[in-house]
Amino acid sequence: MSSTIVSLPDQSTARIPKVNFLTKENGLLSWLLTGDHKRIAILYLISISFFFFIGGALAGLIRLELLTPQSDLMATDTYNKVFSMHGIIMIFFFLVPSVPATLGNFFIPMMLGAKDLALPKVNLLSWYLYVAAGMLALYAMITGGVDTGWTFTTPLSTHYVNTNVITTGLAIFIAGFSSIFTGLNFIVTIHKMRAPGMTWFRMPLFVWAHYAASILMVLGTPVLAIALVLVVLERTVGIGVFDPAKGGDPLLFQHLFWFYSHPAVYIMILPGMGVINEVISTFSRKRVFGYTAVAFSSVAIAVFGFFVWAHHMFIMGVSNYAVLVFSLLTMLVAVPSAIKIFNWAFTLYKGSITFETPMLYSFGFMGLFTIGGLTGVFLGTSGTDIHLTETYFIVAHFHFVMVGGMLMAFLAGLHFWWPKMTGRMYPEKISQLAAVVTFIGFNFTFFPQFILGTLGMPRRYASYPPEFQVLNVFSTAGATILGVGYLLPVLYLTWSLKYGEIAGNNPWQATGLEWQTQSPPLTENFTEIPIMDHEAYDYEWLERQKEKEVTSVG
Amino acid sequence: MSQISPVIWQFLVKWMTNFALFPPEASRIAPQMDALYFFMVLVSLIGLTIVILLVTSFSILYSKKRHPVAVQIEGSTLLEATWTIIPLGLFLVMFVWGALIYFRVYTPPANAMNIYVVGKQWMWKAEHPGGQHEINSLHVPAGRAVQLTLISQDVFHSFSIPAFRVKREAIPGRYTSVWFEATTPGTYHLFCTQYCGTDHSHMIGDVVVLTPDDYKKWLASSTSGASLAQNGERLFASLSCAACHNTRPDARGPSLANVYGSKLRLTSGQTVIADDAYLRDAILNPSQHITQGYAPIMPTYQGQISEEGVIALVEYIKNLDSDYRVQQTTTTTDLLPQSEGKAAPAGQNAAGKDPAGQGMVKQ
Repeated sequence: MSSTIVSLPDQSTARIPKVNFLTKENGLLSWLLTGDHKRIAILYLISISFFFFIGGALAGLIRLELLTPQSDLMATDTYNKVFSMHGIIMIFFFLVPSVPATLGNFFIPMMLGAKDLALPKVNLLSWYLYVAAGMLALYAMITGGVDTGWTFTTPLSTHYVNTNVITTGLAIFIAGFSSIFTGLNFIVTIHKMRAPGMTWFRMPLFVWAHYAASILMVLGTPVLAIALVLVVLERTVGIGVFDPAKGGDPLLFQHLFWFYSHPAVYIMILPGMGVINEVISTFSRKRVFGYTAVAFSSVAIAVFGFFVWAHHMFIMGVSNYAVLVFSLLTMLVAVPSAIKIFNWAFTLYKGSITFETPMLYSFGFMGLFTIGGLTGVFLGTSGTDIHLTETYFIVAHFHFVMVGGMLMAFLAGLHFWWPKMTGRMYPEKISQLAAVVTFIGFNFTFFPQFILGTLGMPRRYASYPPEFQVLNVFSTAGATILGVGYLLPVLYLTWSLKYGEIAGNNPWQATGLEWQTQSPPLTENFTEIPIMDHEAYDYEWLERQKEKEVTSVG
Repeated sequence: MSQISPVIWQFLVKWMTNFALFPPEASRIAPQMDALYFFMVLVSLIGLTIVILLVTSFSILYSKKRHPVAVQIEGSTLLEATWTIIPLGLFLVMFVWGALIYFRVYTPPANAMNIYVVGKQWMWKAEHPGGQHEINSLHVPAGRAVQLTLISQDVFHSFSIPAFRVKREAIPGRYTSVWFEATTPGTYHLFCTQYCGTDHSHMIGDVVVLTPDDYKKWLASSTSGASLAQNGERLFASLSCAACHNTRPDARGPSLANVYGSKLRLTSGQTVIADDAYLRDAILNPSQHITQGYAPIMPTYQGQISEEGVIALVEYIKNLDSDYRVQQTTTTTDLLPQSEGKAAPAGQNAAGKDPAGQGMVKQ
């Protein structure tokens, strides 16, 4: 064991390089027809932010309605449409593409030492599919909305509502292809485009996490597509697969739907975990504790993730023995997540820790994801699931994982790589404040919902018994704080595009290959193909590199 | 304070009077489930505390100021094995404990009294064996096992009684069941927890637990004049089921006496037990359920009988314990007008005025 001392380079004389991927070509067309993974990532970043704020506004409406026990702000039908669109937009148009399509798209080729993804045109196509799907979903929302919930439960969605189910289903169908193409592109790239010396176990864990998530995208999404096509066929020609009157089985839809939608949870969270690896390692200046265990735990989550779907259906009359099996498998999938949490905690041990914004968001992630994960065990345990499922407990649980986990990770990653993407630093103090505000607001919003759920308050209710009001008021109050927490980054990150400090190549002194080139990078990423001659997270290597530079310049 | 802000004042008053952190325990299973719940809360708190302690103490001990130079550590198989095996062990304990409770909740005891519940957009309709119906409420006696047989007439609903810690999905086209034994008399929430369309949040009601004496009084005061089985009998007669399902030697359909709970051999070669679900399927979708030795001539009753009607028929068939009862039904087709006269004064509902049509889908 030896040690490293690293100090930040002097930035007063730094300049943004004249030639980079942002300045190489100009004009709208150069963006809309680009094959550059970094530009496509920026396009994605803008579009998912747009959808995040639509979904967020809908969440605001939900919380406002729930301020009082009566359904007085909007009619129940409107409320149903609002929460349905909130779920659909947040899941299919924000969470699923969030980290992979933006940060993954931008940094996987750079981390591997490649010039681009393996299939640049497919990458662009997947963005166009995403935008087309998003527009279709918005069109469905504006022309009357959809009130099936994001789960499209049959026979409600096939026989009992007359809202825009087909249009929305089609939108998700198309978005699914966008996700399949992204996953496929990542898999091919990771297999085929690694720089010389970049073995599988020298890849950053961010790449491992994306590899696992990509497998889920490619294998899971087609099943969702099938389920949606069957819903559309049932609505249009009445094929009767889900209709008990015609000998169909309404439960079949749920099997198909959750066969995708449970792995989808891991599609959403695994890339976020990938971000946390990079951030924690960088700001504690230490190799991730137990690299191999963390890498394999990602793969284990992906594999087990496919065999737990029926835990969404414990009370729906699946056989008791199926419940046993799925409950047991659910316990097994919880273990790799626990491993990751402890490995991250021990990465800090004997490190040299600094507390920049990405690190604060990562700490937030660890706390909230631990709560989200442990409450997941309450639901995976078949006995307590009976009482807690379909209540606000489950709402709180998945918001802790998805918002407390994934969104925190996304913001951690966005701040972490912002200097690399734009060449400029974000303002540190105010962004640290935003991280703290988000954390406090989040807990205020979602923790009371655990208690509400234990009390039995059902989800998707526009009105509720008056004794639940106090906790709902807390939750709504928390949501306003959370709203501020999300608005702040938009403001200061936009500000920093022009006024932020110049970042330089490697402001965090991180070890990834993406940091060993200029910021913002060249369109080709590297001037010469890098050779990976060291392990991932090798801070001593970084130190030697710097010494070499100093001697060669001197 | 009340002068400063009436809104805040009201809010605080409400909080003090209405604030609940935990639901009442009003069934036999509730304390058992809560024991597991609190075990998991305890494990979670310990786990969370460990994570928070590790992160904060490492952050303080190894901050850059105190610890300017990081020491590179590869990992530790022993430590990693520890935090793999301990959580796994704890999760397995929860799995086994939870499974025991799950099987208890969904395995009704043999002596449980049965109440049928039909869910439809957007109400719960309970059918007691004595013929009492109620909408959006359920009266049950304390200290007695009650089994609910649930079905939905349209979409998925879910019958949830938080104070009892039980919940079961009501599925279209299929019976599901759940049971409980209420312990404390009182009124508790009944929710539909599966999203079911426009008025999902209004599909709520009360579960009223009565002492056995009060329950007897309630049964007597809310009778509709005919038991569920009697309603079924009328339906059996008016649908002319007895034209084939009679006890004559040349009958075209099998006799239904004592059929409930018996083993049947079907023409497909399968052996099935004639339970509620089988009887329902055999009425609505008979061609799939022909008993060996009979011709597939029974027409389907799909769309002609409401779920309540099917329940009444099932209940009637359940109680058919001898050929004599069947013959009675067969020979008293003129029973219909009589029963109308008998039932009318007992405060019948609208459907009761037309007993022949009760339980049938109006066309």
